[in-house]
Amino acid sequence: MKFRNILALILIFILGFIILQAFNISPEEGQLVINKFGEAEIENRTAQLYINKSVNSNNEKVVFAESNNLESGSANIVTSVIANYRSLDTLGEVTVLFLAATGLGAVLYTNKKKERNFIVDEASLILKTGVKILFPLLILAGAYIFIHGHLTPGGGFQGGAVIATAFLLKFLADREYKLAEHKLKIVEVLAGVSFVGLGLYALFTEGSFLANFLQTGTVGTLFSAGIIPLIYLSIGLKVGAELTSIISNLIEA
Amino acid sequence: MISFLEEWSFFGGSILLILIGLYGVITKRNLIKILIGLSLMDTGVNVLLVSLGYVENGNAPILTSIIKNNSGAFVDPVPQALVLTAIVIGIAILALGLAVTIKIYEKYGTLDISKIRGLKW
Repeated sequence: MKFRNILALILIFILGFIILQAFNISPEEGQLVINKFGEAEIENRTAQLYINKSVNSNNEKVVFAESNNLESGSANIVTSVIANYRSLDTLGEVTVLFLAATGLGAVLYTNKKKERNFIVDEASLILKTGVKILFPLLILAGAYIFIHGHLTPGGGFQGGAVIATAFLLKFLADREYKLAEHKLKIVEVLAGVSFVGLGLYALFTEGSFLANFLQTGTVGTLFSAGIIPLIYLSIGLKVGAELTSIISNLIEA
Repeated sequence: MISFLEEWSFFGGSILLILIGLYGVITKRNLIKILIGLSLMDTGVNVLLVSLGYVENGNAPILTSIIKNNSGAFVDPVPQALVLTAIVIGIAILALGLAVTIKIYEKYGTLDISKIRGLKW
């Protein structure tokens, strides 16, 4: 055991002790503390407003496949937080991912063609054949996940990740596979512009950025939730294109 | 009644993950291992955040044909939305870190931080 390991152990024990103290604070009047596990009082949190869909209106009851024209028509409440109530944050998040992908491309960019200094084995027959069958199915699954993001678990980011996985398998199966980078960039740019465009359209018609300007419909049907499916469509395509370009840059490096 | 083990596998376990990640970041000399440590810390924070919003016997916050109205017990959707953001940012940071690691390996021919000139102080 080296000196540095002992020092690190002491340090993390101190830090762990400090973190654990946060769970043992006895509150005074009006103070908030961390709740015990399984005892989150969401009646007193902002979450209850999101669950009742009553941030701007006064609404108590939401019934699946009956309630219509709510302020946010998404059956998946996490989706209504991400793509409706807090969609400006989501725009920022997509921007961070875009910056990371661009920065990665800038760091790894080289002018000269370099040869690999290690030998790459040919992919096996099983992998090659399997990817041929799986590739369209994975694209379909990804598209399903982000189109149904307002009804079922999932959404734009998860669907985009599944689509990127399909391209990763393609790279693994065929070492010579090259992406059409400019087409990827076109998809990414169009998706990003349509996200901001939806927001600007809402700004001019409704008066606030990314406000819902469509009918929200009946909770639980595919054509419901206003602009949430449109936003998730653009996020899904954008995240899929960005993660694919990250994978392709890292593999070609 | 939630058993002791069930409770501490979420709160204690996530804090343990953060501390293990920190230990790895401090003691390891290989850049890839340091990135793995950072990723572990990220996961620990995410698990802690989600478990803070857990309600006993709560359902996932999605209205379905089985859970028809919003009066049933739901877990808190806000930490889940936060963590969804945090996961994506974590992936972005990890990818950028790996890209820098590739460049460092090309320049110095090693991943050991004690052998990389310019990182010494």
